[in-house]
Amino acid sequence: MSEAALTVADAARLARYRARRRVNRVALTLALAAMAFGLFWLIWILFETFRLGIGGIALSTFTEMTPPPQAVGGAGGADGAGGGLANAIFGSALMVSLATLLGTPVGILAGVYLAEYGQRGRLGGVTRFVNDILLSAPSIVIGLFIYSMVVARMKGFSGWAGVLALALIVLPVVIRTTENMLALVPNTLREAAYALGAPKWKVILMITLKAARAGVVTGVLLALARIAGETAPLLFTALSNQFWSSDLGQPMASLPVTIFKFAMSPWENWQKLAWAAVFVITLGVLGLNVLARVLFRNKY
Amino acid sequence: MKTAMHSLSSFPSLPPRRAASWADVLFAALTHGAAWLTLALFAGIIGSLAVGAMPAIEAYGLSFFWRSEWDPAQERFGGLAMIYGTLATSAIALLIAVPVSFGIALFLTELSPRWLKRPLGIAIELLAAVPSIVYGMWGLLVFGPILATWVQQPLQRAFGDAPVISALLTGPPVGIGILSAGIILAIMIVPFIAAVMRDVFEITPPMLKESAYGLGATTWEVVSRIVLPYTRTGVIGGIMLGLGRALGETMAVTFVIGNMNQLGSPSLFEAATSITAALANEFAEAGEGLHQASLIYLGLILFFITFAVLAASRLLLMRLRQGEGARA
Repeated sequence: MSEAALTVADAARLARYRARRRVNRVALTLALAAMAFGLFWLIWILFETFRLGIGGIALSTFTEMTPPPQAVGGAGGADGAGGGLANAIFGSALMVSLATLLGTPVGILAGVYLAEYGQRGRLGGVTRFVNDILLSAPSIVIGLFIYSMVVARMKGFSGWAGVLALALIVLPVVIRTTENMLALVPNTLREAAYALGAPKWKVILMITLKAARAGVVTGVLLALARIAGETAPLLFTALSNQFWSSDLGQPMASLPVTIFKFAMSPWENWQKLAWAAVFVITLGVLGLNVLARVLFRNKY
Repeated sequence: MKTAMHSLSSFPSLPPRRAASWADVLFAALTHGAAWLTLALFAGIIGSLAVGAMPAIEAYGLSFFWRSEWDPAQERFGGLAMIYGTLATSAIALLIAVPVSFGIALFLTELSPRWLKRPLGIAIELLAAVPSIVYGMWGLLVFGPILATWVQQPLQRAFGDAPVISALLTGPPVGIGILSAGIILAIMIVPFIAAVMRDVFEITPPMLKESAYGLGATTWEVVSRIVLPYTRTGVIGGIMLGLGRALGETMAVTFVIGNMNQLGSPSLFEAATSITAALANEFAEAGEGLHQASLIYLGLILFFITFAVLAASRLLLMRLRQGEGARA
């Protein structure tokens, strides 16, 4: 009798064990599927970008200005249509590099403050919190801010307004990475420098920042990659420009805004150029990201 | 004693030291200034939006939130359609992104072979690096048509007559509207949520997990009963971070949502608009006055919603970190 009871209990236990195993297998399969799901989109987007973008890439893409619209089946056809993205590429490069030059020093200084001066103080805490909000704040709101501070006052869209809007996006990224990287520097390094009689500013500039250099550069590269693809803050600051312009006081073309304008249009030559621009920008941004990661890994 | 002090103060290394302290003060002031500048910019954003929105706030007050009329020609504005579009697309995005991100984090922390962890992690992070305009164009020209043919039309055929569901599925199945915007947002926020989840899963003390494994728990039981309860606040913080991103995303949504300023049917296939899409489409052309002020009012509302969501995310993640310190 006891034997029978035992086997019944065993059978129940075995069934429960099998059920647990089953649930486990289902859950892990779903996790695997989720991973595949994530990779699937990345591969699909990259594939389409390359497939549709590479056809629009020619020498003229980099040497000619953005063309006027051309009706479907217009005179030119594929290559004869002419026109390129030279002014948009130049405008993007100019605004992005100026914004980085503007945002990086301020960002590094604020990051130094958070890591070396205000670890515990109230200003440090509030700044860290506000910076985290700015880091994820909608970029179009940044555009609105610059519009009302600069564009509305100067009575006109300008490249400078675009630069300022982009610099505002660079700032929190650089602050965050600088602080994180400085926090990784061991305290013994600082103490050794202090023991030699070095003043604090020298310790920071020549010891800790130097030790964290690779990380800070990574942060700047990531910020660069982020603003290179930003469209929303440029829509009503730099606007766009159909012609070559290196005057930052005037509206200025940029790749993302050109994509926005061209992709929404019904004209074939514009859409083709939009894909070419998407190709250029994706390649640039992903390249910067990979470069940043490689740089960082070699150092640590 | 006294002579010793004298000789010390006349020691040649002292004057440079005074110069150093002057440089110290300057450097400290510079870093302080940069921190204050960050705060000032934040205050400036809120302040300038509030000032810019003032005409609309005076004209409509809080009724702006439930007025659905948007008529620039007659100067009558209400934000309901945009606010609804923003919330609906973000809700769909979260519905899809949360389970997927959880699966990815689970895979990366418990299942993946060690050598695959890093490349897979980077691949997911690259998904976050793709510019949103690329998502937008891809969504409009590649994804939308496929969604229309393979998902929307079959769904309409299958459930077109069902009483409640059919209301959600009416409208032209052209791959543009709330559903496609929600799906694309989901793809965009998965990397953010997954990255936070992976990071917080990894701070679970190995001792806890190994004890559970030692008692015979399966991987799923360890994750669902040990890791998840331990990291709950962090997981919610990560979801909030993703939500904040989804709410503020502009270009991808503008491309695929269809930009219809009226509140249509509750259908998920119907073209709609969102706060960010309305701003992107109309702001540069809006005349000064009530139209512009109403758009800025929308921006202010968006900023407050994302602020609340991101602040909650921050506080939850901070609490997890503190709890970790207390338990360690």
